[in-house]
Amino acid sequence: MIKTVTSTELPVDEHLLIRKNSISGGSGKKRICIVTGTHGDELEGQYICYRIGSILQEHLDLLDGTVEIYPALNPLGIDSITRGIPNFDLDMNRIFPGDPMGSMAENTAYNLIEDLKGADLVLDIHSSNIFLYEVPQVRINQLTAERLVPLARYLNLDFLWVHEAATVLEATLAYSLNALDTPTLVVEMGVGMRITQSYGDQLVGGILNLMRHLGVWKGEVPEPPAGHKTILSTGGTVEFINASASGVFIPLIRQSNQAEAGQTIGRIVDPLHGSILQDVVVEQPGFVFTIRAYPVVYEGSLLARVYREGKA
Amino acid sequence: MKRERLFVMPSPFRDEFRIHGFRFGSGKKSMAVVGAMRGDELQQQFVCSRLVHTLQDMEESGKLVPGHEILIIPSANPFAMNIGKRFWAMDNTDINRMFPGYPLGETTQRIAAALFEHIQGYQFGVHLPSYYLPGDFIPHVRMMHTGYENVELARGFGLPYTLVRNPLPIDTTTLNYNWQIWETQAFSVYAGPAGVIDVSIADVCLSAILRFMDLHGFIHYRSHPGYHSEVVQEEELINVKACRAGIMYSMCRPDEIVRRGQRLARILDPYDGSVRWEVRAPEDGTVFFMQTSPMVLENSVLFRLIPS
Repeated sequence: MIKTVTSTELPVDEHLLIRKNSISGGSGKKRICIVTGTHGDELEGQYICYRIGSILQEHLDLLDGTVEIYPALNPLGIDSITRGIPNFDLDMNRIFPGDPMGSMAENTAYNLIEDLKGADLVLDIHSSNIFLYEVPQVRINQLTAERLVPLARYLNLDFLWVHEAATVLEATLAYSLNALDTPTLVVEMGVGMRITQSYGDQLVGGILNLMRHLGVWKGEVPEPPAGHKTILSTGGTVEFINASASGVFIPLIRQSNQAEAGQTIGRIVDPLHGSILQDVVVEQPGFVFTIRAYPVVYEGSLLARVYREGKA
Repeated sequence: MKRERLFVMPSPFRDEFRIHGFRFGSGKKSMAVVGAMRGDELQQQFVCSRLVHTLQDMEESGKLVPGHEILIIPSANPFAMNIGKRFWAMDNTDINRMFPGYPLGETTQRIAAALFEHIQGYQFGVHLPSYYLPGDFIPHVRMMHTGYENVELARGFGLPYTLVRNPLPIDTTTLNYNWQIWETQAFSVYAGPAGVIDVSIADVCLSAILRFMDLHGFIHYRSHPGYHSEVVQEEELINVKACRAGIMYSMCRPDEIVRRGQRLARILDPYDGSVRWEVRAPEDGTVFFMQTSPMVLENSVLFRLIPS
């Protein structure tokens, strides 16, 4: 059943509508919410919403509870290829839990929280941005790791990144919901403005697996590929590799690859002079879970994130 | 005056990115002023450029008090201004959400870190920011409540109001917040809306900064003492929101005293011009902020009133 979560009048003959598809089956009372499209340039979640909606509607008999699918928390952004909310300065994922007396965006954020809170699980799907490729991963604030890591493992993704807390992240959707005792997992995968179907299929399988664990899904679950394992970040360190030069980045490795010590994972080149400005070298062996997608870089642009076993 | 390159970064396809500072006097690090960090902060850059010009004149006529160093940085983001963008042109990130910066981090974190390194250690810091909503304010000084702020000092600008804001998580990465944490008395001086140059508001802002400098003995500047600034906590402000969307026809202006029930604006149907909603004051008060975008969305904050 399609429901409108919020409706806000726009000046000329249009409403800003945030909608969800609420699919129920059986007599189970649990509610799982799948949300995406907070950032208008992140589209990987669209495929997930389509596939989960399609599977559940074809097999309602295997569903025991409610799954609510929110494909677009920021429909104006998605429609205009705009990361944020058009005509609003602040990142939508930095204004939660919102404010009923605040601006349109803050009011919308408040209504979303009111709608999502109390769910048994919320899955907030992101796809980095147009600049970076990410392996399918779950990101968990260390403050909520004890509760969320066991749940996240059921998603069968490649990496679970338990990261440090930061004050500025207290205004995210996930932080706000977790603070309201609504367990919320953040998935990052793929790249902005594109759909990586293989990652999407992997996550769809993981979502069904997690649903089965929660007793909401009684159907079959695709097995992860033989030998697949999820790397948990708490046993090691994450290194950020940033550009030392401004130029054009040429990757020499794909994300999800193990890099050897001393391996060149990319180059920054100068097209005008036909020269190499920087060989991007990994000093220690590790798992490359982020790699630069957009070629033009400035000094400081993030080129890769590498996870390596063992504490620094 | 010394014109200095504070930060230089090569660009793949454009000229070098440069941040320039204008340093007056030497001795105690007394005051730093930062203008445009966003590409549409034309007014903020204009005020800073006039401040540089005025201080140059004062230097030549011996009106700068020896023993004080004053640093003015009119622009920290000329790349965005030159192409009509508000934020960093490559990735649309906001330099004023990157403080205190990180010299090994992302590009705008590096810019913020370099800028912050140069403006740390001053007794007073003044930033001329624009607001995240399009609109017009009564001239005021804005401070963050960090526990380090000294609201009485803000009165020295002689602007009508001093607004104190309890920081939200997103505010903890602004220049104003971090300046205070690093023990500079920081003030955000409202210099006018983004995207335009309003000479009369610029005059008010310039006078306020010069008045503050004179009060603290950095310059010799004769002017009227300004207003006895009223301190307002942001949570006291009353938001007046749009119950309908449409064309806003405003019937009041910032600084106007309004009575409860007074009509502040009409929201008109953009097809037939009929009145969709009459915006009325919920309480007696003074109009502190007014949205200036002619098209308004439902739930937009149209006015913020200081209650009487």
